[in-house]
Amino acid sequence: MSTPILEFKDVDVFYGPIQALRKVSLHIAPGETVSLIGSNGAGKSTLLMSIFGQPRAAAGQILYQGTDITRKTPHYIAANGIAQSPEGRRVFPDMSVEENLLMGTIPIGDKHASQDMQRMFELFPRLKERRNQRAMTMSGGEQQMLAIARALMSRPKLLLLDEPSLGLAPIVVKQIFATLRELAQTGMTIFLVEQNANHALKLSDRAYVMVNGQIRMAGTGKELLANDEVRNAYLGGH
Amino acid sequence: MMDGIFLQQMINGLTLGSVYGLIAIGYTMVYGIIGMINFAHGDVYMVSCYLAAIGLAVLSYFGLESFPFLILGTLIFTIVVTAVYGLVIERVAYKPLRNSTRLAPLISAIGISLILQNYVQIAQGSRQQGVPTLLEGGWRFDFAKGFVQISFTKLFIIIAAFVGMAVLTYIIKYTKLGRMCRATQQDRKMASILGINTDRVISYVFIIGAAMAALAGVLVTMNYGTFDFYAGFIIGIKAFTAAVLGGIGSLPGAMLGGLILGVAESQFSGLVNSDYKDVFSFGLLVLILIFRPQGLLGRPLVTKV
Repeated sequence: MSTPILEFKDVDVFYGPIQALRKVSLHIAPGETVSLIGSNGAGKSTLLMSIFGQPRAAAGQILYQGTDITRKTPHYIAANGIAQSPEGRRVFPDMSVEENLLMGTIPIGDKHASQDMQRMFELFPRLKERRNQRAMTMSGGEQQMLAIARALMSRPKLLLLDEPSLGLAPIVVKQIFATLRELAQTGMTIFLVEQNANHALKLSDRAYVMVNGQIRMAGTGKELLANDEVRNAYLGGH
Repeated sequence: MMDGIFLQQMINGLTLGSVYGLIAIGYTMVYGIIGMINFAHGDVYMVSCYLAAIGLAVLSYFGLESFPFLILGTLIFTIVVTAVYGLVIERVAYKPLRNSTRLAPLISAIGISLILQNYVQIAQGSRQQGVPTLLEGGWRFDFAKGFVQISFTKLFIIIAAFVGMAVLTYIIKYTKLGRMCRATQQDRKMASILGINTDRVISYVFIIGAAMAALAGVLVTMNYGTFDFYAGFIIGIKAFTAAVLGGIGSLPGAMLGGLILGVAESQFSGLVNSDYKDVFSFGLLVLILIFRPQGLLGRPLVTKV
Protein backbone atom coordinates (compact mmCIF):
# COMPACT_ATOMS: atom_id res chain seq x y z
CA MET A 1 0.00 0.00 0.00
CA SER A 2 1.27 3.45 -0.84
CA THR A 3 1.90 6.01 1.91
CA PRO A 4 -1.41 7.37 3.18
CA ILE A 5 -1.92 11.05 2.39
CA LEU A 6 -3.18 11.52 5.94
CA GLU A 7 -2.71 9.32 8.96
CA PHE A 8 -3.71 9.66 12.62
CA LYS A 9 -1.77 7.51 15.08
CA ASP A 10 -3.29 7.24 18.58
CA VAL A 11 -4.18 10.93 18.73
CA ASP A 12 -5.46 12.44 21.97
CA VAL A 13 -6.91 15.97 21.98
CA PHE A 14 -8.09 17.96 24.96
CA TYR A 15 -10.19 21.09 25.38
CA GLY A 16 -8.93 22.22 28.75
CA PRO A 17 -9.69 19.34 31.10
CA ILE A 18 -12.11 17.66 28.68
CA GLN A 19 -10.75 14.95 26.43
CA ALA A 20 -12.28 15.37 22.99
CA LEU A 21 -10.40 12.64 21.08
CA ARG A 22 -9.16 9.35 22.54
CA LYS A 23 -6.48 7.33 20.80
CA VAL A 24 -7.85 8.10 17.35
CA SER A 25 -6.19 6.24 14.50
CA LEU A 26 -7.24 6.47 10.91
CA HIS A 27 -5.74 6.73 7.46
CA ILE A 28 -6.70 8.09 4.09
CA ALA A 29 -5.07 6.93 0.86
CA PRO A 30 -4.44 9.35 -2.02
CA GLY A 31 -7.50 9.65 -4.24
CA GLU A 32 -9.88 8.21 -1.69
CA THR A 33 -13.09 9.76 -0.45
CA VAL A 34 -13.39 8.98 3.23
CA SER A 35 -16.09 10.14 5.58
CA LEU A 36 -16.30 10.39 9.30
CA ILE A 37 -19.80 10.08 10.68
CA GLY A 38 -21.08 10.40 14.20
CA SER A 39 -23.57 12.31 16.26
CA ASN A 40 -23.31 15.91 17.38
CA GLY A 41 -20.48 16.38 19.87
CA ALA A 42 -18.71 13.13 19.03
CA GLY A 43 -15.51 15.03 18.24
CA LYS A 44 -15.65 15.05 14.45
CA SER A 45 -14.99 18.75 13.97
CA THR A 46 -12.30 18.65 16.63
CA LEU A 47 -10.58 15.92 14.65
CA LEU A 48 -10.60 18.02 11.47
CA MET A 49 -9.34 21.11 13.28
CA SER A 50 -6.62 19.12 15.01
CA ILE A 51 -5.08 18.49 11.58
CA PHE A 52 -4.32 22.23 11.60
CA GLY A 53 -3.17 22.04 15.20
CA GLN A 54 -6.19 23.93 16.53
CA PRO A 55 -6.30 22.49 19.13
CA ARG A 56 -3.04 20.61 19.08
CA ALA A 57 -2.85 16.90 19.72
CA ALA A 58 -1.68 16.23 23.26
CA ALA A 59 -0.44 12.77 22.36
CA GLY A 60 -0.03 10.71 19.22
CA GLN A 61 0.99 11.72 15.74
CA ILE A 62 -0.65 13.24 12.70
CA LEU A 63 1.19 12.39 9.49
CA TYR A 64 0.69 14.06 6.14
CA GLN A 65 2.29 12.25 3.19
CA GLY A 66 4.46 10.50 5.74
CA THR A 67 5.66 13.72 7.43
CA ASP A 68 4.80 14.45 11.03
CA ILE A 69 2.73 17.65 11.06
CA THR A 70 1.51 17.40 14.65
CA ARG A 71 3.51 20.45 15.75
CA LYS A 72 3.50 22.47 12.53
CA THR A 73 1.86 25.89 12.18
CA PRO A 74 -1.53 26.13 10.42
CA HIS A 75 -0.03 28.16 7.58
CA TYR A 76 2.68 25.56 7.01
CA ILE A 77 0.01 22.88 6.75
CA ALA A 78 -2.10 24.94 4.36
CA ALA A 79 0.95 25.75 2.27
CA ASN A 80 1.60 22.04 1.82
CA GLY A 81 -1.74 21.23 0.26
CA ILE A 82 -4.43 20.70 2.87
CA ALA A 83 -7.53 22.88 2.60
CA GLN A 84 -10.57 22.96 4.79
CA SER A 85 -14.14 24.10 4.54
CA PRO A 86 -14.71 24.33 8.26
CA GLU A 87 -17.61 23.93 10.62
CA GLY A 88 -19.86 26.96 10.46
CA ARG A 89 -18.46 27.82 6.97
CA ARG A 90 -16.46 30.79 8.28
CA VAL A 91 -16.52 32.77 5.08
CA PHE A 92 -15.17 36.29 5.59
CA PRO A 93 -18.42 38.19 6.18
CA ASP A 94 -17.23 41.61 5.06
CA MET A 95 -15.58 40.43 1.85
CA SER A 96 -17.12 39.87 -1.53
CA VAL A 97 -17.40 36.41 -3.07
CA GLU A 98 -14.42 37.13 -5.32
CA GLU A 99 -12.29 38.34 -2.42
CA ASN A 100 -13.21 35.28 -0.38
CA LEU A 101 -12.16 33.08 -3.28
CA LEU A 102 -8.88 34.96 -3.61
CA MET A 103 -8.18 34.23 0.04
CA GLY A 104 -8.12 30.58 -0.95
CA THR A 105 -5.13 31.16 -3.23
CA ILE A 106 -2.69 32.17 -0.48
CA PRO A 107 -0.77 28.86 -0.47
CA ILE A 108 -0.20 28.79 -4.25
CA GLY A 109 -0.14 32.46 -5.19
CA ASP A 110 -2.60 34.06 -7.56
CA LYS A 111 -1.15 33.05 -10.91
CA HIS A 112 -4.05 30.64 -11.56
CA ALA A 113 -6.57 32.78 -9.72
CA SER A 114 -8.77 33.98 -12.57
CA GLN A 115 -8.75 30.59 -14.28
CA ASP A 116 -9.62 28.77 -11.05
CA MET A 117 -12.27 31.30 -10.23
CA GLN A 118 -13.94 30.60 -13.56
CA ARG A 119 -13.85 26.90 -12.69
CA MET A 120 -15.53 27.59 -9.35
CA PHE A 121 -18.21 29.63 -11.11
CA GLU A 122 -18.88 26.64 -13.37
CA LEU A 123 -19.04 24.34 -10.35
CA PHE A 124 -21.24 26.74 -8.38
CA PRO A 125 -23.09 29.04 -10.81
CA ARG A 126 -24.80 30.78 -7.89
CA LEU A 127 -21.47 32.21 -6.84
CA LYS A 128 -21.02 33.80 -10.23
CA GLU A 129 -24.31 35.66 -9.87
CA ARG A 130 -23.17 36.94 -6.50
CA ARG A 131 -19.52 37.53 -7.25
CA ASN A 132 -19.49 41.12 -6.00
CA GLN A 133 -21.84 40.59 -3.09
CA ARG A 134 -20.58 40.54 0.48
CA ALA A 135 -20.59 37.05 1.96
CA MET A 136 -22.59 38.08 5.03
CA THR A 137 -25.56 38.93 2.86
CA MET A 138 -25.79 35.48 1.28
CA SER A 139 -27.89 32.49 2.27
CA GLY A 140 -26.46 29.57 4.22
CA GLY A 141 -26.31 27.39 1.12
CA GLU A 142 -24.49 30.02 -0.87
CA GLN A 143 -22.03 30.54 1.97
CA GLN A 144 -21.44 26.79 2.07
CA MET A 145 -20.70 26.74 -1.65
CA LEU A 146 -18.37 29.67 -1.14
CA ALA A 147 -16.55 27.91 1.70
CA ILE A 148 -16.02 24.81 -0.43
CA ALA A 149 -14.98 26.83 -3.46
CA ARG A 150 -12.57 28.86 -1.35
CA ALA A 151 -10.95 25.64 -0.13
CA LEU A 152 -10.66 24.40 -3.72
CA MET A 153 -8.95 27.60 -4.87
CA SER A 154 -5.71 26.41 -3.27
CA ARG A 155 -5.74 23.32 -5.55
CA PRO A 156 -5.44 21.13 -2.47
CA LYS A 157 -4.11 17.61 -2.40
CA LEU A 158 -6.43 16.88 0.48
CA LEU A 159 -9.82 18.54 0.89
CA LEU A 160 -11.38 18.56 4.35
CA LEU A 161 -15.10 19.25 4.53
CA ASP A 162 -16.93 19.78 7.78
CA GLU A 163 -20.69 19.23 7.56
CA PRO A 164 -21.30 20.70 4.12
CA SER A 165 -24.98 19.76 4.47
CA LEU A 166 -25.62 21.38 7.85
CA GLY A 167 -28.74 23.51 7.95
CA LEU A 168 -29.32 23.41 4.21
CA ALA A 169 -32.46 22.66 2.24
CA PRO A 170 -32.53 19.07 0.89
CA ILE A 171 -32.26 20.29 -2.69
CA VAL A 172 -29.14 22.29 -1.92
CA VAL A 173 -27.66 19.30 -0.07
CA LYS A 174 -28.22 17.22 -3.19
CA GLN A 175 -26.50 19.84 -5.35
CA ILE A 176 -23.52 20.03 -3.04
CA PHE A 177 -23.09 16.27 -2.90
CA ALA A 178 -23.39 16.06 -6.68
CA THR A 179 -20.54 18.56 -6.90
CA LEU A 180 -18.49 16.59 -4.37
CA ARG A 181 -19.03 13.45 -6.45
CA GLU A 182 -17.66 15.29 -9.49
CA LEU A 183 -14.65 16.40 -7.49
CA ALA A 184 -14.04 12.89 -6.20
CA GLN A 185 -14.13 11.58 -9.75
CA THR A 186 -11.37 13.98 -10.74
CA GLY A 187 -9.15 12.10 -8.30
CA MET A 188 -9.16 14.58 -5.44
CA THR A 189 -8.74 13.16 -1.96
CA ILE A 190 -11.70 14.16 0.18
CA PHE A 191 -12.14 13.73 3.91
CA LEU A 192 -15.70 14.47 4.81
CA VAL A 193 -17.23 14.93 8.25
CA GLU A 194 -21.01 14.54 8.25
CA GLN A 195 -24.04 14.01 10.39
CA ASN A 196 -25.98 13.31 7.23
CA ALA A 197 -24.70 9.73 7.14
CA ASN A 198 -26.84 8.62 4.26
CA HIS A 199 -25.41 11.06 1.74
CA ALA A 200 -21.90 10.74 3.13
CA LEU A 201 -21.76 6.95 3.03
CA LYS A 202 -23.13 6.81 -0.49
CA LEU A 203 -20.42 9.19 -1.64
CA SER A 204 -17.51 7.60 0.21
CA ASP A 205 -15.12 4.78 -0.57
CA ARG A 206 -14.61 4.18 3.13
CA ALA A 207 -15.92 5.62 6.36
CA TYR A 208 -15.25 5.78 10.07
CA VAL A 209 -17.88 6.01 12.78
CA MET A 210 -17.00 8.15 15.76
CA VAL A 211 -18.61 7.89 19.19
CA ASN A 212 -17.54 9.96 22.19
CA GLY A 213 -14.17 10.86 20.74
CA GLN A 214 -13.28 7.33 19.70
CA ILE A 215 -13.40 5.52 16.39
CA ARG A 216 -16.07 2.87 16.89
CA MET A 217 -16.24 1.29 13.44
CA ALA A 218 -14.61 1.43 10.08
CA GLY A 219 -15.53 -0.02 6.72
CA THR A 220 -16.47 0.73 3.16
CA GLY A 221 -19.40 3.03 2.56
CA LYS A 222 -21.54 0.11 1.43
CA GLU A 223 -20.71 -2.04 4.46
CA LEU A 224 -21.61 0.71 6.87
CA LEU A 225 -24.81 1.56 5.01
CA ALA A 226 -25.85 -2.07 5.51
CA ASN A 227 -24.72 -2.25 9.14
CA ASP A 228 -27.61 -2.46 11.61
CA GLU A 229 -25.98 -0.39 14.32
CA VAL A 230 -25.16 2.39 11.86
CA ARG A 231 -28.65 2.23 10.37
CA ASN A 232 -30.31 2.56 13.75
CA ALA A 233 -28.04 5.24 15.14
CA TYR A 234 -27.38 7.48 12.12
CA LEU A 235 -29.78 6.64 9.36
CA GLY A 236 -32.98 6.90 11.35
CA GLY A 237 -33.69 3.19 10.76
CA HIS A 238 -34.53 3.72 7.07
CA MET B 1 -21.62 83.07 10.86
CA MET B 2 -19.49 82.75 7.73
CA ASP B 3 -16.88 85.15 9.02
CA GLY B 4 -13.11 85.00 8.95
CA ILE B 5 -12.69 83.13 12.21
CA PHE B 6 -15.00 80.36 11.19
CA LEU B 7 -13.21 79.78 7.88
CA GLN B 8 -9.80 80.12 9.48
CA GLN B 9 -10.69 77.60 12.16
CA MET B 10 -12.06 75.31 9.46
CA ILE B 11 -8.64 75.27 7.82
CA ASN B 12 -6.85 74.86 11.14
CA GLY B 13 -9.30 72.11 12.04
CA LEU B 14 -8.70 70.20 8.81
CA THR B 15 -4.97 70.43 9.40
CA LEU B 16 -5.25 69.21 12.96
CA GLY B 17 -7.89 66.65 12.01
CA SER B 18 -5.83 65.08 9.27
CA VAL B 19 -3.04 64.57 11.81
CA TYR B 20 -5.49 63.04 14.30
CA GLY B 21 -6.76 60.84 11.52
CA LEU B 22 -3.27 59.59 10.65
CA ILE B 23 -2.54 58.65 14.25
CA ALA B 24 -6.03 57.22 14.76
CA ILE B 25 -5.32 54.73 11.97
CA GLY B 26 -2.77 53.01 14.18
CA TYR B 27 -5.22 52.68 17.05
CA THR B 28 -8.07 51.46 14.92
CA MET B 29 -6.14 48.92 12.86
CA VAL B 30 -4.45 47.38 15.86
CA TYR B 31 -7.76 47.24 17.70
CA GLY B 32 -9.40 45.71 14.66
CA ILE B 33 -6.88 42.94 14.33
CA ILE B 34 -6.05 41.95 17.91
CA GLY B 35 -8.73 43.75 19.93
CA MET B 36 -6.22 45.74 21.93
CA ILE B 37 -5.81 49.46 22.56
CA ASN B 38 -2.17 50.19 21.91
CA PHE B 39 -1.53 52.83 24.56
CA ALA B 40 2.08 53.17 23.43
CA HIS B 41 0.97 54.44 20.02
CA GLY B 42 1.02 58.09 21.07
CA ASP B 43 4.59 57.67 22.23
CA VAL B 44 5.58 56.02 18.96
CA TYR B 45 4.30 59.23 17.39
CA MET B 46 6.41 61.23 19.86
CA VAL B 47 9.52 59.25 18.90
CA SER B 48 8.79 60.04 15.27
CA CYS B 49 8.81 63.79 16.07
CA TYR B 50 12.37 63.42 17.38
CA LEU B 51 13.33 61.28 14.41
CA ALA B 52 11.94 63.93 12.07
CA ALA B 53 14.08 66.59 13.75
CA ILE B 54 17.14 64.33 13.61
CA GLY B 55 16.46 63.56 9.96
CA LEU B 56 16.10 67.24 9.11
CA ALA B 57 19.26 68.12 11.01
CA VAL B 58 21.35 65.40 9.39
CA LEU B 59 20.11 66.16 5.89
CA SER B 60 20.69 69.91 6.32
CA TYR B 61 24.14 69.19 7.72
CA PHE B 62 24.97 67.41 4.48
CA GLY B 63 23.90 70.49 2.61
CA LEU B 64 20.48 69.45 1.39
CA GLU B 65 18.59 72.70 1.17
CA SER B 66 15.75 72.33 -1.28
CA PHE B 67 12.42 71.67 0.41
CA PRO B 68 11.17 68.73 -1.67
CA PHE B 69 14.35 66.67 -1.16
CA LEU B 70 14.66 67.64 2.46
CA ILE B 71 11.09 66.67 3.31
CA LEU B 72 11.18 63.51 1.20
CA GLY B 73 14.41 62.36 2.81
CA THR B 74 13.09 63.16 6.28
CA LEU B 75 9.82 61.36 5.57
CA ILE B 76 11.54 58.21 4.36
CA PHE B 77 14.00 58.18 7.26
CA THR B 78 11.31 58.84 9.87
CA ILE B 79 8.79 56.39 8.50
CA VAL B 80 11.32 53.57 8.17
CA VAL B 81 12.81 53.99 11.63
CA THR B 82 9.42 54.49 13.31
CA ALA B 83 8.10 51.40 11.54
CA VAL B 84 11.00 49.46 13.04
CA TYR B 85 9.97 50.78 16.47
CA GLY B 86 6.41 49.60 15.83
CA LEU B 87 7.61 46.16 14.75
CA VAL B 88 10.01 45.71 17.66
CA ILE B 89 7.44 46.86 20.24
CA GLU B 90 4.92 44.38 18.88
CA ARG B 91 7.43 41.53 18.92
CA VAL B 92 8.80 42.28 22.36
CA ALA B 93 5.80 43.51 24.30
CA TYR B 94 2.63 42.14 22.69
CA LYS B 95 3.35 38.97 20.73
CA PRO B 96 4.49 36.92 23.75
CA LEU B 97 1.18 37.83 25.41
CA ARG B 98 -1.00 36.88 22.46
CA ASN B 99 -2.69 33.98 24.21
CA SER B 100 -2.97 35.46 27.68
CA THR B 101 -5.80 37.58 29.08
CA ARG B 102 -6.90 40.73 27.26
CA LEU B 103 -5.59 42.91 30.07
CA ALA B 104 -2.02 41.67 29.79
CA PRO B 105 -1.04 43.41 26.51
CA LEU B 106 -2.87 46.53 27.67
CA ILE B 107 -0.67 46.75 30.74
CA SER B 108 2.34 45.90 28.64
CA ALA B 109 1.41 48.81 26.34
CA ILE B 110 1.32 51.23 29.26
CA GLY B 111 4.75 49.93 30.24
CA ILE B 112 6.11 50.53 26.74
CA SER B 113 4.61 54.02 26.82
CA LEU B 114 6.49 54.82 30.04
CA ILE B 115 9.69 53.26 28.72
CA LEU B 116 9.59 55.32 25.53
CA GLN B 117 8.92 58.57 27.40
CA ASN B 118 11.72 57.99 29.86
CA TYR B 119 14.14 56.73 27.28
CA VAL B 120 13.60 59.79 25.13
CA GLN B 121 13.81 62.05 28.16
CA ILE B 122 17.17 60.57 29.12
CA ALA B 123 18.54 60.40 25.59
CA GLN B 124 17.31 63.79 24.35
CA GLY B 125 16.79 65.80 27.51
CA SER B 126 13.56 66.99 29.00
CA ARG B 127 13.59 70.46 27.44
CA GLN B 128 11.41 71.29 24.49
CA GLN B 129 13.12 70.72 21.17
CA GLY B 130 12.40 72.56 17.99
CA VAL B 131 13.05 72.81 14.29
CA PRO B 132 13.03 75.92 12.15
CA THR B 133 10.20 76.60 9.72
CA LEU B 134 10.83 74.78 6.48
CA LEU B 135 8.16 76.20 4.28
CA GLU B 136 7.62 79.93 4.48
CA GLY B 137 4.67 81.91 3.23
CA GLY B 138 1.11 81.26 2.31
CA TRP B 139 -1.97 82.77 0.85
CA ARG B 140 -4.11 85.44 2.40
CA PHE B 141 -7.68 86.05 1.33
CA ASP B 142 -9.34 89.29 2.43
CA PHE B 143 -13.04 89.80 2.36
CA ALA B 144 -15.71 91.96 3.97
CA LYS B 145 -15.82 90.32 7.37
CA GLY B 146 -12.17 89.54 7.86
CA PHE B 147 -9.46 87.44 6.27
CA VAL B 148 -8.26 83.87 5.99
CA GLN B 149 -4.70 82.66 5.85
CA ILE B 150 -3.58 79.38 4.42
CA SER B 151 0.08 78.80 5.05
CA PHE B 152 1.91 76.53 2.62
CA THR B 153 2.80 74.34 5.58
CA LYS B 154 -0.85 73.72 6.41
CA LEU B 155 -1.66 73.06 2.79
CA PHE B 156 1.22 70.61 2.60
CA ILE B 157 0.05 68.83 5.76
CA ILE B 158 -3.49 68.41 4.48
CA ILE B 159 -2.32 67.18 1.09
CA ALA B 160 0.31 64.82 2.51
CA ALA B 161 -2.13 63.38 5.04
CA PHE B 162 -4.75 62.78 2.39
CA VAL B 163 -2.21 61.15 0.07
CA GLY B 164 -1.10 58.92 2.95
CA MET B 165 -4.68 57.93 3.72
CA ALA B 166 -5.48 57.35 0.05
CA VAL B 167 -2.45 55.10 -0.40
CA LEU B 168 -3.34 53.12 2.71
CA THR B 169 -7.00 52.80 1.67
CA TYR B 170 -5.86 51.49 -1.71
CA ILE B 171 -3.53 48.97 -0.07
CA ILE B 172 -6.23 47.70 2.29
CA LYS B 173 -8.93 47.54 -0.35
CA TYR B 174 -7.17 46.25 -3.42
CA THR B 175 -3.90 44.50 -2.62
CA LYS B 176 -3.14 41.02 -1.39
CA LEU B 177 -1.60 42.45 1.79
CA GLY B 178 -4.81 44.40 2.40
CA ARG B 179 -6.96 41.34 1.88
CA MET B 180 -4.77 39.38 4.28
CA CYS B 181 -5.17 42.14 6.89
CA ARG B 182 -8.94 42.17 6.47
CA ALA B 183 -9.20 38.38 6.55
CA THR B 184 -7.13 38.24 9.73
CA GLN B 185 -9.31 40.94 11.23
CA GLN B 186 -12.56 39.20 10.34
CA ASP B 187 -11.59 35.66 11.38
CA ARG B 188 -8.03 35.08 12.52
CA LYS B 189 -8.35 31.32 12.95
CA MET B 190 -9.82 30.86 9.49
CA ALA B 191 -7.16 33.11 8.01
CA SER B 192 -4.46 30.87 9.45
CA ILE B 193 -6.20 27.74 8.12
CA LEU B 194 -6.12 29.31 4.66
CA GLY B 195 -2.35 29.60 4.90
CA ILE B 196 -1.96 33.16 6.14
CA ASN B 197 0.84 33.67 8.63
CA THR B 198 -1.34 35.72 10.95
CA ASP B 199 1.53 36.65 13.27
CA ARG B 200 3.24 38.26 10.32
CA VAL B 201 0.06 40.08 9.27
CA ILE B 202 -0.27 41.45 12.81
CA SER B 203 3.31 42.71 12.56
CA TYR B 204 2.46 44.41 9.25
CA VAL B 205 -0.46 46.16 10.92
CA PHE B 206 1.83 47.53 13.61
CA ILE B 207 4.27 48.64 10.92
CA ILE B 208 1.49 50.39 9.00
CA GLY B 209 0.20 52.07 12.16
CA ALA B 210 3.67 53.27 13.11
CA ALA B 211 4.34 54.50 9.57
CA MET B 212 1.15 56.57 9.60
CA ALA B 213 2.07 57.97 13.03
CA ALA B 214 5.50 58.82 11.61
CA LEU B 215 3.92 60.72 8.73
CA ALA B 216 1.88 62.63 11.31
CA GLY B 217 5.02 63.25 13.37
CA VAL B 218 6.88 64.79 10.44
CA LEU B 219 3.90 66.95 9.49
CA VAL B 220 3.26 68.23 13.01
CA THR B 221 6.93 68.94 13.52
CA MET B 222 6.88 71.00 10.33
CA ASN B 223 3.86 72.93 11.50
CA TYR B 224 4.50 73.63 15.18
CA GLY B 225 8.24 73.18 15.29
CA THR B 226 8.36 72.20 18.96
CA PHE B 227 7.90 68.97 20.88
CA ASP B 228 9.08 67.24 24.02
CA PHE B 229 9.16 63.70 25.38
CA TYR B 230 5.59 64.08 26.58
CA ALA B 231 4.22 65.24 23.22
CA GLY B 232 2.60 61.90 22.44
CA PHE B 233 0.27 61.83 25.40
CA ILE B 234 -2.44 64.36 24.63
CA ILE B 235 -2.34 63.95 20.88
CA GLY B 236 -2.40 60.16 21.33
CA ILE B 237 -5.52 60.32 23.45
CA LYS B 238 -7.10 62.76 21.01
CA ALA B 239 -6.38 60.39 18.14
CA PHE B 240 -7.83 57.56 20.19
CA THR B 241 -10.94 59.70 20.70
CA ALA B 242 -11.07 60.20 16.95
CA ALA B 243 -10.84 56.44 16.40
CA VAL B 244 -13.72 55.85 18.83
CA LEU B 245 -15.72 58.65 17.25
CA GLY B 246 -15.34 57.12 13.80
CA GLY B 247 -15.94 53.60 15.08
CA ILE B 248 -12.95 51.74 16.43
CA GLY B 249 -11.84 48.99 14.07
CA SER B 250 -13.01 50.95 11.02
CA LEU B 251 -10.33 52.46 8.81
CA PRO B 252 -12.49 55.09 7.06
CA GLY B 253 -14.00 55.73 10.50
CA ALA B 254 -10.60 56.68 11.91
CA MET B 255 -9.94 59.16 9.11
CA LEU B 256 -13.42 60.66 9.30
CA GLY B 257 -13.35 60.72 13.10
CA GLY B 258 -9.99 62.52 13.00
CA LEU B 259 -11.26 65.21 10.64
CA ILE B 260 -14.48 65.72 12.59
CA LEU B 261 -12.69 65.93 15.92
CA GLY B 262 -10.06 68.29 14.54
CA VAL B 263 -12.63 70.64 13.03
CA ALA B 264 -14.92 70.49 16.10
CA GLU B 265 -12.05 71.22 18.44
CA SER B 266 -10.75 74.10 16.33
CA GLN B 267 -14.18 75.64 16.00
CA PHE B 268 -14.69 75.34 19.72
CA SER B 269 -11.41 77.06 20.48
CA GLY B 270 -12.03 79.76 17.87
CA LEU B 271 -15.63 80.52 18.69
CA VAL B 272 -15.96 79.60 22.37
CA ASN B 273 -12.84 79.16 24.42
CA SER B 274 -9.45 77.77 23.55
CA ASP B 275 -8.53 76.93 27.16
CA TYR B 276 -11.27 74.34 27.33
CA LYS B 277 -10.68 72.68 23.97
CA ASP B 278 -9.40 69.46 25.55
CA VAL B 279 -12.40 69.38 27.87
CA PHE B 280 -14.60 69.79 24.82
CA SER B 281 -12.90 66.95 22.93
CA PHE B 282 -13.03 64.50 25.79
CA GLY B 283 -16.60 65.60 26.59
CA LEU B 284 -17.34 64.61 23.01
CA LEU B 285 -15.78 61.22 23.71
CA VAL B 286 -18.07 60.72 26.71
CA LEU B 287 -21.12 61.65 24.64
CA ILE B 288 -20.15 59.23 21.86
CA LEU B 289 -19.64 56.44 24.34
CA ILE B 290 -23.08 57.10 25.82
CA PHE B 291 -25.13 57.63 22.68
CA ARG B 292 -23.30 55.82 19.91
CA PRO B 293 -20.72 53.47 21.41
CA GLN B 294 -20.04 51.81 18.06
CA GLY B 295 -19.00 55.18 16.59
CA LEU B 296 -20.05 56.77 13.31
CA LEU B 297 -18.98 54.02 10.92
CA GLY B 298 -18.53 51.13 13.34
CA ARG B 299 -20.87 48.21 13.62
CA PRO B 300 -22.82 47.52 16.78
CA LEU B 301 -20.95 44.97 18.85
CA VAL B 302 -22.23 41.49 18.17
CA THR B 303 -21.04 38.57 20.19
CA LYS B 304 -19.34 36.02 17.95
CA VAL B 305 -20.88 32.59 18.16
